[in-house]
Amino acid sequence: MGHLRRSLFALAAAALLSGLSVPANAQKTLRAVMHSDLKILDPIWTTAYIVRNHGYMVYDTLFAADEKGEIKPQMVGQYEVSPDQLTHTFTLREGLLWHDGHPVTAEDCVASIKRWAAKDSTGQKLMTFVDGLTVKDDKTFIMKLKSPTGLVLLGLGKPSSNVPFMMPKRVAETDPNTQISDFTGSGPFVLKREEWKPGDKTVYVKFDKYKPRSEPASGFAGGKVANVDRVEWRAISDHQQAINALLAGEIDFIEAPPHDLLPLAISDSNVKFFDWNVLGNQFTFRPNWTAKPFDNAKVRQALLYAFNQKDFLEAVVGDPKYYKVCNSYFPCGTAFFTEKGLDGRLNSDFKKAQELLKEAGYDGTPIVLMHSTDLQILTNLAPVAKSLLEKAGFKVDMQSMDWQTLVARRAKKDPPTAGGWHAFLTSWVSIDITNPIFTGFMNSACDKAMFGWPCDPEMEKLRDDFARETDPGKQKAIAEQVSVREGEVVTHIPLGQWYLGAVMRKNVDGMLKAPAPVFWNISLK
Amino acid sequence: MRLAMFTYVLRRLLATIPVMLIVAMFVFLMLRLTPSDPAAIIAGDNANTEQVAEIRKRLGLDQPILTQFVIWIGKTLQGDFGESFFFKKQVAELIFDRLEPTLSLAFFTLVLAIIIAIPLGVVAAYRHGSWLDRIVMGFSVLGFSVPVFVIGYALIYVFAIELNWLPVQGYQRLAQGIGGWLQRLILPSITLSVIYVALIARITRTSVLEVMNEDYIRTARAKGQTEAKVLIRHALANAAVPIVTVIGLGVALLIGGVVVTESVYTIPGLGRLTVDAVLARDYPTIQAVILLFSLAYVLINLAVDLAYTFLDPRIRY
Repeated sequence: MGHLRRSLFALAAAALLSGLSVPANAQKTLRAVMHSDLKILDPIWTTAYIVRNHGYMVYDTLFAADEKGEIKPQMVGQYEVSPDQLTHTFTLREGLLWHDGHPVTAEDCVASIKRWAAKDSTGQKLMTFVDGLTVKDDKTFIMKLKSPTGLVLLGLGKPSSNVPFMMPKRVAETDPNTQISDFTGSGPFVLKREEWKPGDKTVYVKFDKYKPRSEPASGFAGGKVANVDRVEWRAISDHQQAINALLAGEIDFIEAPPHDLLPLAISDSNVKFFDWNVLGNQFTFRPNWTAKPFDNAKVRQALLYAFNQKDFLEAVVGDPKYYKVCNSYFPCGTAFFTEKGLDGRLNSDFKKAQELLKEAGYDGTPIVLMHSTDLQILTNLAPVAKSLLEKAGFKVDMQSMDWQTLVARRAKKDPPTAGGWHAFLTSWVSIDITNPIFTGFMNSACDKAMFGWPCDPEMEKLRDDFARETDPGKQKAIAEQVSVREGEVVTHIPLGQWYLGAVMRKNVDGMLKAPAPVFWNISLK
Repeated sequence: MRLAMFTYVLRRLLATIPVMLIVAMFVFLMLRLTPSDPAAIIAGDNANTEQVAEIRKRLGLDQPILTQFVIWIGKTLQGDFGESFFFKKQVAELIFDRLEPTLSLAFFTLVLAIIIAIPLGVVAAYRHGSWLDRIVMGFSVLGFSVPVFVIGYALIYVFAIELNWLPVQGYQRLAQGIGGWLQRLILPSITLSVIYVALIARITRTSVLEVMNEDYIRTARAKGQTEAKVLIRHALANAAVPIVTVIGLGVALLIGGVVVTESVYTIPGLGRLTVDAVLARDYPTIQAVILLFSLAYVLINLAVDLAYTFLDPRIRY
């Protein structure tokens, strides 16, 4: 009897365990953990990077930046510019379809450009040059300009938020300030709306009717060939758990694991590292021009002498493999990189900083420095800044808060003693700051500028000159003038370039180098 | 008697209305008074001041707090919790979607805790002063002292990474198969039940110890009943009221634990929703979830009070 009972128990246990075995995922499903959960699906409505990444899955672009950052036609098959550079004619490739099976038309693209331009700062600038945007036929549309500008390709091929993604006309006609509710795109993957569970997962399936370009994939350009049937973005907010899941084979890919967990991940023989974002990111210090003493240019210049990039990079990243000292406003490795404006600065010359503070008549007003504590990559920045500022003669009141509180507070122009602020530190993806127009912190249009509200007509004039210029050589010269002007007025301070790639199981192959993680070209061996 | 009970229940249910109203006001004001701005979060890092202001207007956050409160409470009374700022879904739909994982986890944890803790407490009381008693009490102290996430990570390391017996994270819906559902609940439930086991075992031990010297226990033994019968039928039955009370009160612990456990194990339940909503300052979702948790807590305590009448016939309402 006892034996029978034991046998039955063993049988039941075996049956249960067989049911408990980890279900094998479909062979062509890529399970990825992204840097954030996807809560919003409209890449024009928000500039959040996770929504931009979602955009690259579902939507396609007229032009796209390749691995070297050069703008190449993507949905556009033929692109012509009139000799006076005032008429730009775009003809779409044959065979482009929306996910609902309808053909992509010029009308769709015109509506999409208009919605994007209503929200995006580069788009807004571009539209100041545009005289008219008209549809010639189903596949062709024309952009007429009032005066020549280099922003046409720069804007339509903009690689990061907001990316001019193409949407069907009925979707693109949605008020730019209202989120879209129809997610039909023409990109290589289709969003499985019914499987989108914020806080759990987002699912994409391969768009079988997508017609890739014939050129090999490079960055965001070239043939976007989906080699997996399904991509799942799993929402694992805890970095350690994401690594655990990767090591256990429950997921295949982590977009951005923190530096301190990288050794743990890559010590596993089944895991590899891949630096997809070769341009990396840039730490940045942002002073508030509307708050004394940062309303004084000499005080802001003192910041340039107080700081040095290495201290910040060492404190946050640590391993020199993942950072680079880069004394330039525009990132190292990009077309407009220049040390002008920063030569002889960012070397913690405290004596010079103290002299400038004395000349400026700094009265010891405590600097309210906002310290973000919950984003690992930003946490150590403010304490380093505080230490260097104090050595330079500033008094610092460092106030700790979570990032979302900082985001809310930085929008306030109240005095720092009444809920406002003097300064904070953040990080930019390098591709977002590669020229004077993209770089949001260089906008010096006073109240219309980003938080910090720099106000400098000379800087705005230079940025307008850059927008008007079509010759790359002359653009470079203007970018250098912008950098020199930056050294004088100091809208922000670059604090070094850092890199963070993805970790993935070794069977994941073919990931492309691009400023945002893209999932076409990836295959599972 | 039935009428008295009915009146009591009705009175208690009516009493939940002001409680819920106070909770609603408190949560609403707390969120509005904290230095945060959902519009700035939604707009993203590259947005300018005008874009943030536009979003704030669309969300109705530019209106006076009193107006916002009146609108929200009016809709809530009609069962409309509004639309999530972020998820572009009705809050009720979001909550409904997250109920199953949380209820599964809470149910599993509760069952596990009761199955383990009550026998442990009874045995500890019966062997009062022995090494067994000391081990149980030592475990209780440990269970109270070690944070839930530490227990979680330790279990994951041993059972998921080293032994590879169970998955590291995730949840599988019951409809997708009971095997996967069970498999993904084992580690989170053990993690969450540790503190609960510690609490219930301690109270069980104390309560059983108190009744062990009562006359009716001596009488039961004198009548020749087995020790097991004495313990279960006489000692435990008479010690049940404080044990049930602590199980009810422990629901607050469970709610707090669910938030942490779901985050550690990546379970898409109400706890995770709460964390996500708080981090994103998703006011409608936070308000609804906290109201729901408060209501659950009030109703569970009402159920506990009613259970007293079944456990102890002397108690009448």
